[in-house]
Amino acid sequence: MKILVGYKRVVDFNVRIQVKPDGTGVMTDGVKLSANPFDDIALEEALRLREKGIATEVVVVGIGPADLTAHLRNGLAMGANRAIHVVTADEVQPLTAARVLLKLVEKEQPELVILGKQAIDDDANQTGQMLAALWDRPQATFASKVEIAAGKATVTREVDAGLETIEAELPAVITTDLRLNEPRFIKLPDIMKAKSKPIDSIEFGSLGVEAHDHLKTTHYAAPPKRSKGVMVKDAAELVAVLKQKGLL
Amino acid sequence: MSKILVVAEHLNGKLNSSTARAVSAAAAVKGDSIDVLVLADSVDAIAAEAAKIDGVGKVLTIARAENAHPLAAVLAPQVAKAAAGYSHVFFPSTTFGKDVAPRVAALLGVSQVSDVMSVEGAHSFKRPIYAGNAIVTVEANPAHAVVATIRTASWPAAGSRGDSAAVEALAVDAALPAHTRFVELQQGKSDRPDLQGAGKVVSGGRGVGSKENFEVIYKLADKIGAAVGASRAAVDAGYVPNELQVGQTGKIIAPELYMAFGISGAIQHLTGIKDAGTIVAINKDGEAPIFEIADIGLVGDLFKLIPEIEQALG
Ligand SMILES: Cc1cc2nc3c(=O)[nH]c(=O)nc-3n(C[C@H](O)[C@H](O)[C@H](O)COP(=O)(O)OP(=O)(O)OC[C@H]3O[C@@H](n4cnc5c(N)ncnc54)[C@H](O)[C@@H]3O)c2cc1C
Ligand SMILES: Nc1ncnc2c1ncn2[C@@H]1O[C@H](COP(=O)(O)O)[C@@H](O)[C@H]1O
Repeated sequence: MKILVGYKRVVDFNVRIQVKPDGTGVMTDGVKLSANPFDDIALEEALRLREKGIATEVVVVGIGPADLTAHLRNGLAMGANRAIHVVTADEVQPLTAARVLLKLVEKEQPELVILGKQAIDDDANQTGQMLAALWDRPQATFASKVEIAAGKATVTREVDAGLETIEAELPAVITTDLRLNEPRFIKLPDIMKAKSKPIDSIEFGSLGVEAHDHLKTTHYAAPPKRSKGVMVKDAAELVAVLKQKGLL
Repeated sequence: MSKILVVAEHLNGKLNSSTARAVSAAAAVKGDSIDVLVLADSVDAIAAEAAKIDGVGKVLTIARAENAHPLAAVLAPQVAKAAAGYSHVFFPSTTFGKDVAPRVAALLGVSQVSDVMSVEGAHSFKRPIYAGNAIVTVEANPAHAVVATIRTASWPAAGSRGDSAAVEALAVDAALPAHTRFVELQQGKSDRPDLQGAGKVVSGGRGVGSKENFEVIYKLADKIGAAVGASRAAVDAGYVPNELQVGQTGKIIAPELYMAFGISGAIQHLTGIKDAGTIVAINKDGEAPIFEIADIGLVGDLFKLIPEIEQALG
């Protein structure tokens, strides 16, 4: 079984993002970039399925600018067999990403596609569901447990009401939640090994995907600030203040 | 002009309050009409609740056995068909809406606006990115339908009205897949208020230390009639179930009172409580980042302070 894994590069989750004063974007010059945390979890899950003998090949996919190769090398160092780089300098919205992934799915014929539930830059939470729709296959979003057997995935999903379990016939799309697993760390020898693993580079333009622009971001603003409050000295004062505000 | 379809969320035969919040956002579009779509196996009770929401023109229902559980692959083709003639299709930005809406958008061949915080015009919306560190204005192309999820914490629930909107059964001819099947829902059983709708929330973090220790949080919550929340660290450590997680990847809430015990205030947590009325932080570390945004801060050991708070409450 072949698994395709979405491997997006985003601003590291520890960076405190600042909006440019002129409202045209956020400041990304020189900030640390990392794999989307949910995509590291997606890759880890795929690697575990391979280690269990369920999967035979794990392919990481990145859609983005020319310098994405170093990031894809990290995915290879973590353990992916190979990488596909769809090269584009333009911003890629989820619907476009899903259409690109569909093209790769048609070419690669994977039995499972694992993506993150959301990219922590756009926080869209859309691509996996859109791919599943375009592919006309099952989706199991927000996965916290995945079992593959007898041609189907049994997936436990983190939903607002609790934990939901569904069954999805393969091929299917799974999106990962935080508690699915803890991604492994990359070891130095693996970085060396990754240098000889193949990265297949495909020009976005050659895929025949129309880059649509239904949504235009016209302005960026810093969120409204909460002003610093007061410190109280003890429990009695806290309760008194809350009672005075009519909150207790 | 705008015709808006709001897809209802429900569980165990009851309408979720997220639906009335999405109706508020729909009202902000100032369009011609707002209809609510109910997909279920048995629709009557849910539709009757939806018909009571202020501003709703009519309630459309699709009753099918396959709709007993909200499977996106099953619901999306029906919503896509029902969406014909509508300029906007709104879902609450809950796990239900996040799961189904993008599947509908892709079937309609349109982009989706996630987590709408404010409506600036019929095709102009504000939404958060980077865990709420930036707020963007997005313009949707008016040539296409707008599919959007509504950030429930940004919107009050629309009120109820004396009479009822008309309820109509809708016949849609959509082939439904059998490749995805519901197995079970392990629902957290609790008599406490629902975290997403509660006026007061008492929350615990890693500082609470264990599942057993979390009892002190539950006890205080019950004493003041609050819902219980938690940080990711507390959920990961198994102190509480996943549905209590508050934050970027958990629930985004806007209670009048949020009390955080033993939570450091990571940006991913704070994004879930930014819209709370009053934030109280109790932490033994006076340098904890949560004090930078708390309205009221108290430095000290939570295990010592909670009993004292209870005592002061009388
Ligand atoms: C992609 C991603 C998404 C995330 N999403 C979320 C999310 O949705 N929600 C979320 O919460 N986090 C999320 N996180 C995790 C987040 O970054 C933090 O790790 C987490 O919020 C920390 O939880 P905490 O404050 O409970 O723990 P800690 O940061 O360990 O803080 C514990 C605090 O308890 C205090 N304390 C200890 N003992 C006591 C005591 N006896 N009395 C009083 N205070 C005490 C300590 O001083 C400390 O400040 C996410 C992270 C990533 C990478
Ligand atoms: N440009 C991209 N390159 C690789 N994977 C992507 C890209 N965009 C989205 N994805 C995948 O889709 C998931 C959800 O992204 P989003 O819908 O943008 O929140 C991510 O976690 C990735 O797995």
